[in-house]
Amino acid sequence: MLSLSRKDVIKLAVLAAIVLTMPIWLAPFGAAYPGLMQKFVIYAIFAVGFNILFGLTGYLSFGHAAFLGVGSYTAVWSFKLLTMDIIPAMIFAIIFSGLFALVIGYFCLRRSGIYFSILTLAFAQMSYSLAYSVLTPITNGETGLLVARSDPRVIDGLLGADGMANGLPTPSLLGVSLSGYAGFYICAAFLIAAFFVSQKVFASPFGMALRGIKSNPTRMIYTGFNTKPYMLTAFVISGMFAGLAGGLLAVTDPIAGAERMKWTESGNVVLMTILGGVGTLFGPVVGAWLIKYFENIFSAINVNVLNDFFAVLPDGLQAVMVTILSKFTGEGWHLTLGLVFVLIVVFLPGGLVEGAERLIRRLRRSGRTAVKKKVVQQ
Amino acid sequence: MNAELPIAPVPNIVLHAADVFKNFGGLRALSDIDLQIEEGKTHAIIGPNGAGKSTLLNVIIGRIPPSSGAVIFDGTLLTGKAPHEINQLGISRVFQTPEIFADLSVLYNVMAPAFARRDGAFRVNMLRSVWNENEIRDEAEHLLQEFGIWDRRDDNAGALSRGDKRRLELAMCLIQRPRLLLLDEPTAGMSRHDTNTTIELLKKIKQGGMTKVIIEHDMHVVFSLADTISVLAQGRIIASGSPQEIKEDPRVQEAYLGGPVE
Repeated sequence: MLSLSRKDVIKLAVLAAIVLTMPIWLAPFGAAYPGLMQKFVIYAIFAVGFNILFGLTGYLSFGHAAFLGVGSYTAVWSFKLLTMDIIPAMIFAIIFSGLFALVIGYFCLRRSGIYFSILTLAFAQMSYSLAYSVLTPITNGETGLLVARSDPRVIDGLLGADGMANGLPTPSLLGVSLSGYAGFYICAAFLIAAFFVSQKVFASPFGMALRGIKSNPTRMIYTGFNTKPYMLTAFVISGMFAGLAGGLLAVTDPIAGAERMKWTESGNVVLMTILGGVGTLFGPVVGAWLIKYFENIFSAINVNVLNDFFAVLPDGLQAVMVTILSKFTGEGWHLTLGLVFVLIVVFLPGGLVEGAERLIRRLRRSGRTAVKKKVVQQ
Repeated sequence: MNAELPIAPVPNIVLHAADVFKNFGGLRALSDIDLQIEEGKTHAIIGPNGAGKSTLLNVIIGRIPPSSGAVIFDGTLLTGKAPHEINQLGISRVFQTPEIFADLSVLYNVMAPAFARRDGAFRVNMLRSVWNENEIRDEAEHLLQEFGIWDRRDDNAGALSRGDKRRLELAMCLIQRPRLLLLDEPTAGMSRHDTNTTIELLKKIKQGGMTKVIIEHDMHVVFSLADTISVLAQGRIIASGSPQEIKEDPRVQEAYLGGPVE
């Protein structure tokens, strides 16, 4: 039941090893601090879920940030009303974002192609505006939803725990406070679990049907598949992944704001998935890390850092290099990201992961022909 | 039996299209069609281009609704049903241009319809793995062997030759073990050699007792396979009968063959 093919077990083990050793291998890149690594891992979950919809069915949702936002708000409300423990918070985040996805998906999936994308975008922007205006009692508008010492926290009250650490309510797991590395490892465990679920979906007859819908919906219908519920299920599952990611964002920092639902966030997850490789298992993970790295590290490279880096060069050359490169770093990181994106879409249409796979195949083939040549010569 | 059927069921008739009309705007594509397909037989529908053959097939599989009339399959009213429901009742169709999963592997192409047969129109079975479904896999590989495309099973279906694509689509329909198989010009665009191979394949299936409806232009194919022939012209069935009767029918010679033949 929980079994995987041998290939998938290896992939899962590789992912687990890479994720759990992040504090080690991210150190040379200057990104090995828990807060950032948590973001890496959480956005990877977001992208893995998005890929179940986009990668398998080909339906491009431009409103997935809405589910991320719903997950965040739900988690914070669970912190406020019930307990600072993350288990109920995550469960509610997944359930509520799933229900939300069910409603939105029901309407959006009546259309396909560009109309589907526009509908999801419209719904997400509507949610974003509502969070700022009408729904202020639930979302706390521009300030964002915060936990406070005076929150009821009914379950914590019953158990006699106050959910506090350092005088402020802090998310915890069964009494263990989730600040710093503990928080990172919890998020990492969730990513590994999410990756496992996505592997199960990819390998199942359900996933096969989704691929069929992407490949030829006409044939699917005349083969006896009712494609609508398949699409809706895929939409809800990927909405739940987004909700989980949103909930985890609230664990790292117990605040939920409407800006998480903005269309740029929805666009980001599309970029992550395409950059890494649509429809591949690892692609969205790689893409999410790359974009978050650019956003957080590349954007911090300013003129001073560049000056230091090129200090070895003669003065004139140093100035030229710094002037050119400073346009691409710091504030200009979007420019670099855009260029990388264009290069990948044009030259590696399958994304980084497919590019890597192609490279490995070519190397193997050339290795094999080399062996053959030797044999022939002998 | 369904009591609400508009017409009484006829014994041995698996598919009955009764009083079917279809108008496209002002154009009358089908007019007063009464078609009875006998169980276990191969029924060919022939007629000049634009006679309404494909429209008739589309009405049967639920692709387009008839303007009036009813189609009954084995005691069930098909009119108003969704295409996937009609397939689940046991009707599979081979299209004029092959509808296959071009960017998926050949094996996958044949396995997917087998899942539709086993699991029905919709089932979320995320705990199972496609590659552990040995029974379905064996069946698919066996069928591919029979069709001579087993060695291409891991290639994308889009990379197959035109003849192989048609054979693949036929395999996709057969793995569903349909009670009624609809074939829309199964040999169009095929070489003589490929056409003959396909005829042999279809003859083999014939022995399995499956009912088949074939639309075909190639008279060689029609007369090698058909037990019964219906001739469509301008949306009407102008003649129905055994191949010999059809050959000799003066109306058919007039409308379709363009004049008397010796």
